[in-house]
Amino acid sequence: MSSTPLIQLRQLAKTYQTGDVTVHAVRGVTLDIARGEFVAFMGTSGSGKSTLMNTLGCLDQPTGGDYLLDGAGMAGRNRQQLAVLRNRKIGFVFQSFNLLARTSALENVELPMLYAVPVISRPERRQRAIAALAKVGLAQRQDHHPSQLSGGQQQRVAIARALVNRPELLLADEPTGNLDSRTSIEIMALFQELNASGITIVMVTHELDIAAYCQRVIVLRDGAVLSDTINDQPRSALAEIRRLNDLAPAATRS
Amino acid sequence: MLTTLHVFLLQSWQTGFIALRALRRNRLRSCLTALGIIIGVAAVVAMVAVGNGAQASITAQVSALGENLLTVFAGSKRSGGVSAGQGSASTITLADVKAIQREVTDVVAVSPEISTSAQAIANSRNWSTTIAGESPEYLQIRDWKLTRGSMFTEREVRSAAKVAVIGSKTALELFGPLNPVGQGVRIKNIPFVIIGLLESKGAGMGGQNQDDRLIIPYTTAMKRLTGDRYLRSVNLQIRDAGRMTIAQDQITGLLRQRHRLTAGDSDDFNIFNQKDIAETVSSVTGIVKLLLGAISSLSLVVGGIGIMNIMLVSVTERTREIGIRIAVGAQPAAIRLQFLIEAITLSLLGGLAGVLLGIIAARLVGAVSNFQPIVTLDSIALAFGVSFAIGVFFGYYPARKAAALNPIEALRYE
Ligand SMILES: Nc1ncnc2c1ncn2[C@@H]1O[C@H](COP(=O)(O)OP(=O)(O)O)[C@@H](O)[C@H]1O
Ligand SMILES: [Mg+2]
Repeated sequence: MSSTPLIQLRQLAKTYQTGDVTVHAVRGVTLDIARGEFVAFMGTSGSGKSTLMNTLGCLDQPTGGDYLLDGAGMAGRNRQQLAVLRNRKIGFVFQSFNLLARTSALENVELPMLYAVPVISRPERRQRAIAALAKVGLAQRQDHHPSQLSGGQQQRVAIARALVNRPELLLADEPTGNLDSRTSIEIMALFQELNASGITIVMVTHELDIAAYCQRVIVLRDGAVLSDTINDQPRSALAEIRRLNDLAPAATRS
Repeated sequence: MLTTLHVFLLQSWQTGFIALRALRRNRLRSCLTALGIIIGVAAVVAMVAVGNGAQASITAQVSALGENLLTVFAGSKRSGGVSAGQGSASTITLADVKAIQREVTDVVAVSPEISTSAQAIANSRNWSTTIAGESPEYLQIRDWKLTRGSMFTEREVRSAAKVAVIGSKTALELFGPLNPVGQGVRIKNIPFVIIGLLESKGAGMGGQNQDDRLIIPYTTAMKRLTGDRYLRSVNLQIRDAGRMTIAQDQITGLLRQRHRLTAGDSDDFNIFNQKDIAETVSSVTGIVKLLLGAISSLSLVVGGIGIMNIMLVSVTERTREIGIRIAVGAQPAAIRLQFLIEAITLSLLGGLAGVLLGIIAARLVGAVSNFQPIVTLDSIALAFGVSFAIGVFFGYYPARKAAALNPIEALRYE
């Protein structure tokens, strides 16, 4: 492994031009995120968290500065190159899950592999999708459609989908925003487990409780970094779940 | 280096499955969308088949005129600018026929023709029919056979004998199912004996029934029926198809000389060449066929626009799905391909159904008309080719639109 940080942002800026109005969604963010980190972005609504995440996820191009992923600059890349990068290096988890409706969990997880270059054979796709579903604890639900799954389960399918191409970076924009607190903690436990196995995770949350599980918290305000704090003692989501189980042994698990 | 072609080759297979599944999900809509193409292709296939059938039937009728046939018609009589029709003028005589026989060596058979309409009476039955005066060689020239009896002979021509061979239709009208050979028939009160029954030839050029006629020696017709010394036409058989034009030129020269026409005068006769007629007819039917094809192709274009419309709707409806695919790393080419394959599949399936429908329609036309439409493989191949092209052409714009979607906005789309 090289010593270059996985993510390097240099004076990164994003402005939106809507008619006469110019919105500076991100203004000059400079920071590094090393491999293996587990980072939470926080900030009030409209502070530029999603814009930043979309840029990190190569879904969007910055209008100023540069973003280096794995040492390689993003400026000037075309849609196709960005698509290949997203497919290979990045897994993205959304607040609203974004699963294909009327499509089984297994096929949802197979989706990124359909677009992999070089092509992944059908049996391998299947086998890897099953393994990814098993990893998020949904081995039994592979034939269920999203409408037949709870919110937490849907988000797990989405996480399995994000992991299936073995990305180096997992991005999650408010992944627990649509989930109850108990389910949120379970998702955080999954993230902590994935992070422990070496994957870099960057997520957005506006809940302090959730940020407490991360190793580093970066607060944005008006598109700029307000604070960047290392959390020496992140909470353990697994321990929290055990504690909750002890408190209410009768509570149903999702 | 990832080229578009590379992506295309690697992913078209998988993408094909995605596209097929999307179509299966919206089965009813897919069928309705393909309806335009189905009707268009069916129209093309059926129309071209009808055109082919009509052409074949007309060509068969032309060749049924006889092999290497030249017909010299007397010119048309004009009175006050109104033409009385081919053969109405009094210009060709038996002496002309003799001269042709003598001087044009490629002529192998000759039949001077006089034709008139008359009532034929037999068994107290009465039937208005065509009486044709011909020579015994007429049957050879027209490649016509007798099913019973025999043709009159040269001797009977010389003696202007009152004998006749009868067409099958006329025989049926006068004698019913009875054998007409040996029976008597009265034409303009002159008694004739029927010595032969012609085989059935069906409708001829111009639709008149060739089987409704009595053929008698031309001498008999001239002397006893018309009292005229001029001929309506002369049927000539030429030795070889390659000599037709030469023979035609020789006859023209000969007749102009005999009729004392000077360089400024136009011919007072017309020569019809069976080959020319066949070529004219087939070029005319070819144009008709082309027109039919072109008109029905228009409905294919309408069908294509229908496909484009539904594909655009589909892209809008599936904005979120497209956003998800792009977000997980689908390259623009893969998205484009997915929608292109959907459009092509729709139009090809439509094409398949259209071909089947077209064949059925052609059969139906065959069942209610007097010729058989001919469905050819090349019209089917063409229909498929055109449907494929329509899929590509009308699918490309919606596909490009899908591939150009901004993933962030697409994911936000409700
Ligand atoms: N597509 C867009 N067009 C114009 N303005 C936008 C667009 N997306 C986001 N913004 C603006 O950029 C700012 C940051 O938005 P966002 O990154 O979504 O914030 P957060 O996720 O922190 O709530 C907001 O003021 C928002 O209105
Ligand atoms: Mg946001």
